[in-house]
Amino acid sequence: MKYVIRKLVTMIITLMAVSALVFISFQLIPGNPAISRLGTEATPEKIARLTHELGLDRPLLTRYFEWIKGIFRWDFGMSYSYNQSVTSLISDKLVITLMLSFIAILITVLVSFPLGIYAARKSDTKLDVVINSLNQFIMAVPSFFSGILITLIFGVILRIFTPGAFVSYKINMFKCISYLIFPAIAIALPKISMVVKLLKDTCLQEAKKDYVRTAYSRGNRTKAVFYKHVLKNAMVPVITFLSMTFADIIAGSIIVEQVFSVPGLGRLLLTSISGRDYPVCEAIILFLAFFVVFSNLLVDLFYRVLDPRIRV
Amino acid sequence: MEVNKNKRIKLILGITLTGIIFIMLLLGIIKTPYDPMEMSSELKLTGASFKHIMGCDQFGRDVFSRILVGVKETLIVAGAVVLIGSFFGTILGTITGYYGGILDEILMRITDAVLAFPSILLCLLIISLLGGGRNTLILALGIAFIPSFARIIRGEVLKIRSLDYIYSVKLFGASDLRIIFIHIIPNLKKVLLSTVLIGFNNAVLAEAGMSYLGMGVQPPMPSLGRMLSEAQTYIFTNPSIALFPGLIIVMMILGFSLLADAVSDLK
Repeated sequence: MKYVIRKLVTMIITLMAVSALVFISFQLIPGNPAISRLGTEATPEKIARLTHELGLDRPLLTRYFEWIKGIFRWDFGMSYSYNQSVTSLISDKLVITLMLSFIAILITVLVSFPLGIYAARKSDTKLDVVINSLNQFIMAVPSFFSGILITLIFGVILRIFTPGAFVSYKINMFKCISYLIFPAIAIALPKISMVVKLLKDTCLQEAKKDYVRTAYSRGNRTKAVFYKHVLKNAMVPVITFLSMTFADIIAGSIIVEQVFSVPGLGRLLLTSISGRDYPVCEAIILFLAFFVVFSNLLVDLFYRVLDPRIRV
Repeated sequence: MEVNKNKRIKLILGITLTGIIFIMLLLGIIKTPYDPMEMSSELKLTGASFKHIMGCDQFGRDVFSRILVGVKETLIVAGAVVLIGSFFGTILGTITGYYGGILDEILMRITDAVLAFPSILLCLLIISLLGGGRNTLILALGIAFIPSFARIIRGEVLKIRSLDYIYSVKLFGASDLRIIFIHIIPNLKKVLLSTVLIGFNNAVLAEAGMSYLGMGVQPPMPSLGRMLSEAQTYIFTNPSIALFPGLIIVMMILGFSLLADAVSDLK
């Protein structure tokens, strides 16, 4: 329990640091948002009024704490370019990005574990070479290119889905998920091959250790030794790797959303970066960072269940 | 025996692929068959032919010439990023690894925090602060790459620091600076080589991704990522113009990763 609390405290500190970093760095950008918002109509009086309305004339620290206070009330301020609150702008897209990341993570875990275990068990056969070469190749294909290939194969040639015809989860949940599966595959593919490779390598390393030989000499069957001893110990580095992968998947969805024109956080982030809509940028980056830190926490906790020796 | 054969195949394949990329780089610097920026309305979206071996894009520009220049741009960015990352990473890693103490503790916590933050997000944050373009991209990726280099170098320095020969030169009265520059840094060569290769690989991937998002080299200068995203509009009618830049990216990454694997196996 103490461990969980300590991890939670570290998470909160990290989030505070990230939020401060994000907020302050956006405040340091030269240029007054009030001027850019008024555009050509800017007169000194109008600028002064809007600056006051936006609260930009108050000290940095006060604004930071107000921003943080707002976040707890689910209020991220107003968008500069759209006359809408940031919350209403991102909440829809947040769900979509989360769904996409979740499906991608699910695919990665569900596919890579059986495949990795299979590869480890068949590592002394001809199949090993095939798996190795395939792995090496898939790892070299960036997710946006595999996304384009998937669009080409499944969308244009096989016509299983219509590229670009995203249906919101509010209209039809099933259609939305079946569309998101394709971008999720694009995100998951390189991760799958990395996990398969890592799982296989650690299994093989583990299998060379003395305790495995002892287990055999006690008369255990190969299968029993593998699942009860080798796999269990080989999982630890794999789980560590997965925690980094989750973060990558969440961040990687920014690019893949663009490929499949999924209207998620990534697309909004890109348009707000080019539109200099800083409140939206801040909120999205903070959200993505939050998910990354949170998924790391979950993996840390799971890690400990798996291997009680770990005391961090 | 079997393992050795595998390694050799990897090495040969890696050298071949990077060799092809290197030739493309040279061509991109010296002379492209056509002007990569020249547009022509008759050649719009024509397929591959003997004159234009990869066809032409939506503005009638020769895809092969654009790819050559794109390869050059990608490699410049990746090279600069790795240079920044490995230079500052080596300095940081050596100082923290050699001296240890409170500075080490603080810097390592910071690198932990940065490493936990996905590099794409970090880059986008820096780019949203400083605006897009090639130089910002180099700066953003460079900063994102420093921690991973620092980490690896620090680990290696820690290992070397406690070796006997370092103790013996200390007994001879060598100064810290002399130990670092003459006795430690030369021994980092091997680690640095494989780290640089892997880093280069990641940098190519990151550059392609960022320019796919439109945050890298600005048009009309060609870049592989942007060519992909532009070609995507024509995927229903002309998939080939999307395939070529993509395949070149895959070739680059595959080549460098095979090479990195082979080099790290050499130890």
